[in-house]
Amino acid sequence: MAGVEFVTGRAGAGASAAILEAAAPRHPGALTRIALIGNPNSGKTSLFNQLTGLNQKVGNFPGVTVDRKTGVSQLTPQLRAEIIDLPGTYSLYPKSLDEKVITDLLYDRSSDQYPDFVVVTADASNLRRNLLLFTQLADLGLPAVLALNMMDVAAQHGVNIDIVALQQELGVPIIPMNARKGIGVAALKIVMAQMLDAPATHFYEIEDELLPMIRQIRYYFNLHNDYLALHYAHQYRQISFLSPDDRAYIGELVQEYGFEATPRQAQETIARYASINDILLNTVSVTRTQRNEPYSNRLDKVLTHKVWGYLIFLGVLFLMFQAVFAWASYPMDLIDQGVAWINSLIQTNFDGPLINLLTEGVLAGLGGVLIFIPQIALLFAFIAVLEETGYMARVTFMMDRIMRKFGLNGKSVVPLISGVACAVPAIMSARTIENWKDRMITIFVTPLMSCSARIPVYTVLIGLVVPDQPVLGIFNLRGFALMGLYLLGFVAAILSAWAMKLLMKTKERSYFIMEFPVYRWPRWKNVGITIVEKVKAFVFQAGKVILAISILLWVLASYGPADALEQAEKRAKVEGQAKGFTAAETDSHVASEKLESSYAGHFGHLIEPAIRPLGFDWKIGISLLTSFAAREVFVGTMSTIYSVGQDADQQTVQQKLASEKDANGQPFFTPARSFSLLVFYVFAMQCMSTLAATYRETKGWKWPLMQLLYMTGLAYFSALLVYQLMK
Amino acid sequence: MSTRSTTASPAMPRSVKDLRLGESGTICCLKDPEMALKLLEMGCIPGTQVRLNSRAPLGCPITVVVGESEDYTLSLRVSEAATIILK
Repeated sequence: MAGVEFVTGRAGAGASAAILEAAAPRHPGALTRIALIGNPNSGKTSLFNQLTGLNQKVGNFPGVTVDRKTGVSQLTPQLRAEIIDLPGTYSLYPKSLDEKVITDLLYDRSSDQYPDFVVVTADASNLRRNLLLFTQLADLGLPAVLALNMMDVAAQHGVNIDIVALQQELGVPIIPMNARKGIGVAALKIVMAQMLDAPATHFYEIEDELLPMIRQIRYYFNLHNDYLALHYAHQYRQISFLSPDDRAYIGELVQEYGFEATPRQAQETIARYASINDILLNTVSVTRTQRNEPYSNRLDKVLTHKVWGYLIFLGVLFLMFQAVFAWASYPMDLIDQGVAWINSLIQTNFDGPLINLLTEGVLAGLGGVLIFIPQIALLFAFIAVLEETGYMARVTFMMDRIMRKFGLNGKSVVPLISGVACAVPAIMSARTIENWKDRMITIFVTPLMSCSARIPVYTVLIGLVVPDQPVLGIFNLRGFALMGLYLLGFVAAILSAWAMKLLMKTKERSYFIMEFPVYRWPRWKNVGITIVEKVKAFVFQAGKVILAISILLWVLASYGPADALEQAEKRAKVEGQAKGFTAAETDSHVASEKLESSYAGHFGHLIEPAIRPLGFDWKIGISLLTSFAAREVFVGTMSTIYSVGQDADQQTVQQKLASEKDANGQPFFTPARSFSLLVFYVFAMQCMSTLAATYRETKGWKWPLMQLLYMTGLAYFSALLVYQLMK
Repeated sequence: MSTRSTTASPAMPRSVKDLRLGESGTICCLKDPEMALKLLEMGCIPGTQVRLNSRAPLGCPITVVVGESEDYTLSLRVSEAATIILK
């Protein structure tokens, strides 16, 4: 098929070609593959959620780390299709790495991932700009259906669209809809269940003088049309599936013909807008031109006010912390008690090493995973609502001037705030920052923001040393202490970014320009799906690490080199008799001696000299090592260590730590120790997953290793300072 | 709508940066070729009308409303707005 010649003509001329193109292979046996594409803020996510509900899977695009969201949609009772949600974009000329995923997918017809057709979402109230992307897709020869979204907003704005006429002009089926309310989804599904043809209409004619070069590229790569060949000429450096030889070939042609990409691209965009204007002239009429977004503007007068705006933003952040810290505690207590109850039930009825593995290894670890679901859910509920309502854009708007001073971008606020939940998705979200330097700095400092995995460490230690006192009636002193730790991480991130801004050199410029969405009510379904998605990611990704480490630790803590444990037991029993311990005290002593002789104890003792100046002992040493896998493991480790060291009495981790005594019989977790440890956890890069994310985002080990060295060093010296000053 | 209140200035061409709050102008050209690609895609085509809608509390960025029928709002930095020359 590739050799078939047809003329890239304007409307009408391409009709016969379209029939040929519609014969695209349908992947026999496989599900129909449909790509969802559209401008940012065109309701693409709402539509994706409407089509797929909770049947969503999050993966990665090959080679890059942009989330690849796919879902299965039941189009008709008999027919299901796989939907790929592509990142929002304004055109097929990628301006960010996110958008590159789209071109990689749509340029490679031979790929088994190539979609059978695309659903293009367009904001009906803003059709001119939304059609730009559509016309490019149409010229690529992709079968398409246009989901004309936000018809309600268009109607409010007095925009009348003649759907039938527009359908004729564009040459594809058009479904008017309101994806947020689910209106039009059924009609869209019916159209999606049909065999769709490539649009017969072409919207842009490639200049004649470019054709010799374009045709060479086209025939060399066996491309199905000229417009795709033009994109090869524009983007050969970025197309991931081209070999170095291929790139060199195009590079030479581009040189030979003196092809200037930037002005050509500008010309194309202008030409496309001209033809879109022609189309809209015949199909769209606007009865009221004054729209002015009265509500949004009035809200913005307050929400982006120079005083109220920042106060409200601070209030929103504070509310987030209170929610995560205070509100989440009720469901967390229930989970805690539930796990403890099951554990004691098993332990009172059964006995043996496997039972110990089950209760002290598996169940303890599982409890450690489940306990954080409420916090993650609440935090992402907030973040999703901020994004859904359009408030996040205002945050960026208000913060840009400040962030820029520190080498960050207004857009860095989003990764930094997301970093409060988890650095891994946050580092990935830094991709929306087009400027390389801004992005690198954002990625580098984001893990300094206190993520949800630190919350368990914070919670346990704050609970030990900060009294549970009400402040101003409704708040809590512990809430304030928690906020202080968050601020500490934030300040460290900002100052580190500022230092990097001074140290790093770059030629690239930093863009800000973005769409400023109107305020909208959040769609709770979208918020709910975000929450489920994040919780799932945590439970299945962080969760399995936690569980595995828990079990490994139980093994390390229960076994030692040769007969070291038996020796320790004998020794402890003799000591116990000599000191006149009761039976229970002897048991506890035996257990603690055994742990110290185990593999885990050896680990801890090995690093103790290095961490003693910070106030840490070998038990904390063990936890520091294991929690490198994920910070929340610290609590699981401490709990395992101490539950091994005590009777199988069901106490919370906090009570166990509080009852720990030092050599002089004083409480071990003094404020100096606890704050030293807290500060260590604010700064330390105690997370393999974050390093892995940085590695993938920066495509090398240089950045993650620098991050590891920098953060560990910062943590070590800050904790040293805290302990030595407070001791 | 008679929003074309901008009079042709003699010496320095005015840019979006120079608009007063609420004032409209018509895009003449884009000064910076690289940034032009982004601006064009976002609908800032020569001949399009833009209105300065608001400024961030610290004076930058700003928001502009694009299109004669007030199609949508963009936010951009003052330095970026300075590359959009008005008629």
